[in-house]
Amino acid sequence: MKYAMLIYLNAGSTPALDEAEQQAVTAEYYALSEEPTCVSGGQLQPVQTATTVRVQDGQMLTTDGPFAETKEVFGGYYIFELDDLDAALEIAARIPAARMGGSVEVRPLVEVARLVEG
Amino acid sequence: MLAALVRFLGDFELAEEAAQDAFATAAERWPRDGEPANPAAWLIATARNRAIDRIRRDRTLAAKARLLDVPGRVEDDITDMDDTPIPDERLELLFTCCHPALSLEAQVALTLRALGGLGNDEIARAFIIAPETMKRRLSRARSKIKLAGIPFSVPPQHLMPERLAAVLAVIYLIFNEGYGGRGDLAAEAISLGRVLSELMPDEPEVHGLLALMSLLHARAAARFAGGEPVLLADQDRDLWDRELIAAGRAGLERALALRGRGPYVLQAAIASLQCDDPVDWPEIAALYAELARLTNSPVVELNRAVAVAESGFPQAALAIVDGLELDDYPYTHSTRAELLRRLGRTPEAADAYRRALALTDREPEARFLRRRLALL
Repeated sequence: MKYAMLIYLNAGSTPALDEAEQQAVTAEYYALSEEPTCVSGGQLQPVQTATTVRVQDGQMLTTDGPFAETKEVFGGYYIFELDDLDAALEIAARIPAARMGGSVEVRPLVEVARLVEG
Repeated sequence: MLAALVRFLGDFELAEEAAQDAFATAAERWPRDGEPANPAAWLIATARNRAIDRIRRDRTLAAKARLLDVPGRVEDDITDMDDTPIPDERLELLFTCCHPALSLEAQVALTLRALGGLGNDEIARAFIIAPETMKRRLSRARSKIKLAGIPFSVPPQHLMPERLAAVLAVIYLIFNEGYGGRGDLAAEAISLGRVLSELMPDEPEVHGLLALMSLLHARAAARFAGGEPVLLADQDRDLWDRELIAAGRAGLERALALRGRGPYVLQAAIASLQCDDPVDWPEIAALYAELARLTNSPVVELNRAVAVAESGFPQAALAIVDGLELDDYPYTHSTRAELLRRLGRTPEAADAYRRALALTDREPEARFLRRRLALL
């Protein structure tokens, strides 16, 4: 099954890291993306770079930044191909954000339906 | 049987429907053709076939992930399966039902449904919620098991301590629901504990929990008289279930022999000591101290205070209670009241009883507190 690991960072409670610590954390994220079960992943630019789009009555409305004021911001994701939820939870627990005041939401992807031979 | 079907079909709802189909078929055929030599194997094979038929009928079901691996129809040949061993997959089922990715309410409901064999309405009644709500809760949980890929397996060794603790917590929660008055749930929890102790004979905490539940349930008939709770010292010991006490103590011995010293084993040891006459309160206080170190629970500390008082040190007990951050708990105040009464500090005792009364919402306990207050 494919699982999305949605990584939320908590800007407020993230401890200030010195350069070496920051590099170690980056290396951890990189190592996860190198796992053979990792299908893809991506890190997002800071939330200040975001633009939100809505369409109302055919009119496009754009606003600067995220809509809601939240402490946790979406920071990136991985997609993993794994046997079951236990394997997914173990990967999620290794994502640095999970122990640095943020959280990781594990969500299975909808499988594209295949037809069975009758 | 349900466990075997869930494993085969990878789907709770489908397995339950298939099992019902199989029982209906049996009810129709067995009186006519005679009971098969291996009824369980017959039922499972029949249920599988019904399920496969259903899947073939319903293409949208067939699209669901794990159902793609459905093998061919098993032949309905009754004579052929007499020796087929039925793998016992109740343990896998239990770990799936008690997976921490499910809400605790869902874990409890699924466990009662899948392993206790209770019906939806029975479970709803036991937890005093509408049958419709329970149906939705179960259905949401089954759907999450399937869609999120919660495994149908016994967890690997490195996950076992945490996952076993979750299973034990669910069983003990069911027991406590029963202990609060619904005796059928307590019996259900004990029977689940017994199954688990057969399936995991080397886990001391499993034996510890079963021993604890047995020892507590053995005193159930004596805990209330005319709807009022009865203190341990005042209980009619003739009402205790001696057989269940012996079974509980045997389980405790087993757990101790396996070098168990976890929270359930300690609580079982305490419950066992409470069945002695006279009760060894200093030993109980020492066990509570050990339990408090393991659990960091203020409720355990409160119980330790009671044991310290019963050992003859109400002043020391009061010091423990006064150091607790457990102000919203009625038993903190009823315990304080009792200690203050023994120390001759009557007006303070009355205040504490009133405080406990204000916090309790169980009528029998409120009556009990009012009576204690009147006796001051």
